[in-house]
Amino acid sequence: MTIHHGRGFACINYPIGMNLGGDPAQALVHSTPDGKFMVTLSAIDLGQGMKSVTRQIAAEALGVPIEDVYVDTADSDTGPHDMGSFASRGTHRVGNAVIRAASEARAQMMEAAAEELEVNATDLDTDGLGNIQVKGAPTRSITVAETAIAAQFKQGRTLSGRGIFLIEPSGVDPDTGEMSPVTTYAHAALIVDLCVDDETGEVEVQKINSAYEVGRALNPKLVEQQLIGGAWMGISHALYETTEPYYPDRSHGPNDFNTYLMPGPGEIVPHDIAVLERPAADAPYGGKGPGEMCANPVLPAVANAVYNAVGVRVDKLPITPEKILRGLQANGGARPGPRRPGA
Amino acid sequence: MAKRPISFTLNGTETGIFVNEGQNLLEALRREAGDLSPKFGCGQGTCGACTILIDGAPHLGCLTLAEAAQGRSIETTSGLADGPDLHPLQRAFMEGFAAQCGFCTSGMLMAAKALLVTNPHPTRDEVIEAISGNLCRCTGYEPIVDAILDAAIRLQGRVA
Repeated sequence: MTIHHGRGFACINYPIGMNLGGDPAQALVHSTPDGKFMVTLSAIDLGQGMKSVTRQIAAEALGVPIEDVYVDTADSDTGPHDMGSFASRGTHRVGNAVIRAASEARAQMMEAAAEELEVNATDLDTDGLGNIQVKGAPTRSITVAETAIAAQFKQGRTLSGRGIFLIEPSGVDPDTGEMSPVTTYAHAALIVDLCVDDETGEVEVQKINSAYEVGRALNPKLVEQQLIGGAWMGISHALYETTEPYYPDRSHGPNDFNTYLMPGPGEIVPHDIAVLERPAADAPYGGKGPGEMCANPVLPAVANAVYNAVGVRVDKLPITPEKILRGLQANGGARPGPRRPGA
Repeated sequence: MAKRPISFTLNGTETGIFVNEGQNLLEALRREAGDLSPKFGCGQGTCGACTILIDGAPHLGCLTLAEAAQGRSIETTSGLADGPDLHPLQRAFMEGFAAQCGFCTSGMLMAAKALLVTNPHPTRDEVIEAISGNLCRCTGYEPIVDAILDAAIRLQGRVA
């Protein structure tokens, strides 16, 4: 029995969203009478941080404290239309819609404040702390709350905005089939170090090093959280999970958590992450979003590392001990590949 | 089928409910006692989302007969916070980004509390062992383990 070490590399260009049908997202923003702002979305927060990041984006675009912004999501009966959470589109598509809605609401807020202060709205600015001031004369100011009250009860005006973000549906060139379904890509490169036991076929992942380019990391802790959790999913897909281990025979398939394998807390892989920020031109404040890309490059990197370790090229997931042992048998034993210094 | 009355302490409050014979404690807590903090995940004891404490020890609500709760002290995540003050475990989870979708979180918190009550200074491996019956799909577990170790430091000199 020998333990063979292997290192695998993979990189990815990941399209943010897909606009074959246009991929629109809508947002509505309105103020409550006490000067708080409600962002209404049908986008879904299932733990990836949609509510947090759209709240940040709305506060930034409105020019008000983040504490004064609420986000209401995920009722497609009553909310504005959204295509959903998929293709890593949330931050980019919904964020852009929120900026537009919040900007329209901000313009109305400035008009209402201008009327109260008897100045021109273009002479006003927000301080981000809940006040609207005359530029260059900050003592001439009104609070956002007072502005909202005046708009509601005196001026008969709503402080509200509508936003939609729609990339033109991409056409297909009838001669070449060429099309351009995305406008923005995120990127990553990832290295996996692991070892393979050539007697049992078992793989132990030892270390992940990764670099992700996700535009501006609008909320760095949420980005890191997604990258750590996503890499776990990648390891799980690469080595453990399948609903059909003996396809097309379903009879031996897993039907509960006892037989559907996943790595547990005992199989945590140390993961060093470098987040490179290259703000994207058409993204909300430059943020593209990690999304699905957190998991994807892990799979080819694991497959490449197994090949580097024992010379077995597994092309069907998951890479189980059984597949590795069959490969070793076909090859007449382990054929360790070249190793780089430090690997 | 006749329902039977049982009484127990739920997060320090005397509680009486009626349960069916054979009903599990998770269902009784959620439907009869109105405590929705223990989650129904798999219903067969493999995911840990329904973890509760009975007399301080972790149990799976879905595999416990409701009638077995008679006269016992039951703790759930609903009882962790002291008014507006979150429990140190909850603070550590929140500040350490140890929850994403949140479905496993209440089970994780109770498994962690059971550990810290009996072992206030756990090693990393002991934390991993304590939550090995709780599945999480989002976090990759690492932030959860870190948060529990962080909570142990925050709790120093206090009972979990």
